[in-house]
Amino acid sequence: MASDRSLITDAKNTWCPGCGNFAIQHAFVSVVSELGKEGIPREKMVVVSGIGCHAKIADYLQMNSFYSLHGRTIPVATGIKMANPDMSVICFAGDGDLYAEGIGHLVHAAKRNIDVTVICHNNRVYGLTTGQYTPTSPYGFRGRSTPRGIHEYPLNVLDILLSCGATFIARGYSRRMPLLKRIIREAILHHGFAHVDILQICASFFNLTRYYDELVYEIPEENTTRYDTARELTEQWNYNDTGRIPLGILYKAEKPSIPETGELKEYDRMAFIRSLLDQE
Amino acid sequence: MTQYTVLIGGKAGDGILQAGKVIGSLFAGLGYHVYLSVDYPSLIRGGHNFCIIRIATKPVGAFNTTIDILLALDQQTITLHEKKLNPGGIIIYNSDTVTTDGEGIAIEPLLRRHNGRPIMGNTAMIGALCGVAGLPWSRISPVLASQFQKETELNLAIAQDSCLSVTPRLSVPADTTMRYPFFSGNEWIGLGLLAGGLDAYIAYPMTPSSGILHFFAQIAEETGILVYHPESEIAVILMAEGCAYAGKRAAVGTSGGGFCLMTEALSCAGQAEIPLVIVLAQRAGPSTGMPTYNAQTDLLFACYAGHGEFPRYLVAPATASEAYRFSAQALHIAWKYQIPSIILSDKTFSEGYYTADSIPDIISDIIPDSPQIPYSRPYERYAAGEWGISPLIHPPCTGEVVKVNSYTHDTKGISSEEPRDAIAGAAKRQMKSDALAKETDTREAVCTSGSPDSETALICWGSTRGVVNEVADALGLRIISPVVLFPFPKKTYLKAIHGVTRFILIEESATGQLQTLLLKEGFTITETILSSDGRPFPVESLLERVREIIHGQ
Repeated sequence: MASDRSLITDAKNTWCPGCGNFAIQHAFVSVVSELGKEGIPREKMVVVSGIGCHAKIADYLQMNSFYSLHGRTIPVATGIKMANPDMSVICFAGDGDLYAEGIGHLVHAAKRNIDVTVICHNNRVYGLTTGQYTPTSPYGFRGRSTPRGIHEYPLNVLDILLSCGATFIARGYSRRMPLLKRIIREAILHHGFAHVDILQICASFFNLTRYYDELVYEIPEENTTRYDTARELTEQWNYNDTGRIPLGILYKAEKPSIPETGELKEYDRMAFIRSLLDQE
Repeated sequence: MTQYTVLIGGKAGDGILQAGKVIGSLFAGLGYHVYLSVDYPSLIRGGHNFCIIRIATKPVGAFNTTIDILLALDQQTITLHEKKLNPGGIIIYNSDTVTTDGEGIAIEPLLRRHNGRPIMGNTAMIGALCGVAGLPWSRISPVLASQFQKETELNLAIAQDSCLSVTPRLSVPADTTMRYPFFSGNEWIGLGLLAGGLDAYIAYPMTPSSGILHFFAQIAEETGILVYHPESEIAVILMAEGCAYAGKRAAVGTSGGGFCLMTEALSCAGQAEIPLVIVLAQRAGPSTGMPTYNAQTDLLFACYAGHGEFPRYLVAPATASEAYRFSAQALHIAWKYQIPSIILSDKTFSEGYYTADSIPDIISDIIPDSPQIPYSRPYERYAAGEWGISPLIHPPCTGEVVKVNSYTHDTKGISSEEPRDAIAGAAKRQMKSDALAKETDTREAVCTSGSPDSETALICWGSTRGVVNEVADALGLRIISPVVLFPFPKKTYLKAIHGVTRFILIEESATGQLQTLLLKEGFTITETILSSDGRPFPVESLLERVREIIHGQ
């Protein structure tokens, strides 16, 4: 399906040729078009982005957007969702952005099961700042800030999120388009906190195309509600060693989430204030 | 002025603040102006806590070094405070545990007679205070009844028993039907925000601002206010910005350390033009400092916090009615100009309790209706508008997109590094600054009182005005106290200083921060009286220091 051009602004696209961001944007635009036909209008969606290459998506999408700060998509999205539970709020974040500066917010968002969707463009390197290691770079990664290689193992964020109570955990790959669309769609429709980690290559600083193409596989859908299966799947690949990399919705569960939706009540604010001032 | 000072002291966990509040409310309910100051160290159990309750026939916002009635729940209260007792002063004490002279109440047997719980010892002390004050039980019982919302009958029985068991030593008049509302500074700020149309309050606990969070949490269900306590101050301010984007008027509250964490997002609000109210309740720093003690050392920080240049509105209320009025105003200004407003409080004001004598009853007294600015289609979030103010709409809005951006942006909200967009953004912010300065430089922006002809003026801001009022009265001096601090109300201040030759700044800091702000505007300070001990000035000690300066000339 061709991209819906009405969802794209006339801002000049400055992603590098071959960047995985194009695929992510394409998948998202397809999903938004599809959902529009099914009764979720684009006006009721807000895109929140962090800062980094990924975040330019806020400029490129002709949609409501809050181009926020590095690592801070989640609190902004949480505020929007709590203020207006009718809105679908989708965060686009990078691995440097979300898993370094913003990991505190991520852990708490999963814990509180806030009904927002987080899509992480995980290219495992800082692109916009020209090639430093991120929390998901493999051991020994040589970047411009670590020319002799890092002595840290990468964070397995999906494993962490499972422990934190996330109710939707998925992994996609920018070169598996049909799956990517399905995951993004399901994440947006999920009631509760949904996290999508998307493996993408950085064409300029960390091109892992061959590595991913060789190791990824799509899991069968039926296992998604089992916690122990999810644990096995999130532990199967640790973002460091070679081993098979499961793609798909790794976990999906129902749990109470916020904001709670209830009937709107009318309040007489001034009468309440007067009663307080009078009573004292 | 008729006035009494009561001090109640005991261990942390004894319910000293609660008892002090009941005493304050009692006298406010009898038509007195009341100020309550609480002193407590940063711990939960043990340690020494005390409340000073000043009861007067005129508005008060400070305490004396001497006391008229000392209520002692433990021996340490006697040791620490007995020397402050005025000649003829009275000690009311728990005779089970405290040895001294005065009115001893055997609390334990009294409670046993009524099957009361240990915490109700405070009720007995309050009853004894009423008895010693010579207040007729028939007059006080209805006022007290409204204070004990739980186990009302039991508390009243204990208070009455204790009240009638002591010898009346004073005859405190209680013949007016006047009564004043009595709330903490934090609650007055909360009430003002509520009156101003607040939709959401988001905060992370931090002394001395937490009282606002607790206030809103308690009234959330009755008012429909969204109240949330997330994982950090960084989350707090960005959630508030998310709320504002979705059209809900949000405020946050914190103290210096939390405000430090908020500054990145404060700057974001400046660039993205997001309306926001921040209550900054100062405490003694730098860093963790003395969490439960006072300072006025974040004035310049509040004026200039955040990277880059952007407009903000900064107010420092000093009385209950100013807190109410200016908190509502801060919210209004934030939304009118789409900027952050900061309400600067401090430990003394936030956690002190004040009666208010003039509350604007109807909020339209404070806030004019702001008509929706019409917008042209397609909507552009940062379209040029009068005074740099763009039409503001919130998603969802059929057929339109609302794009806000922390990057320099074009009128549509799309990132731009073009010089013309950078220049336009800066000019827009400057236009808003100019309009804001013009609108907020009003008569109320600078409070002037004391002797209008005095050539010596005491200059102060925020909570110190309470004590400065009394010193100025005693010495016949003028008081000039800016409430709006940024943009500085230059015209009103210039009028206020007409005829003044001597400017004495009184500030609880080591450097005199208002002096720096005034100098920038071309105003001078001739002498400073500063303090860094974390404690508010008692009337007598400030009086002494001002006298020294005046007579030392």
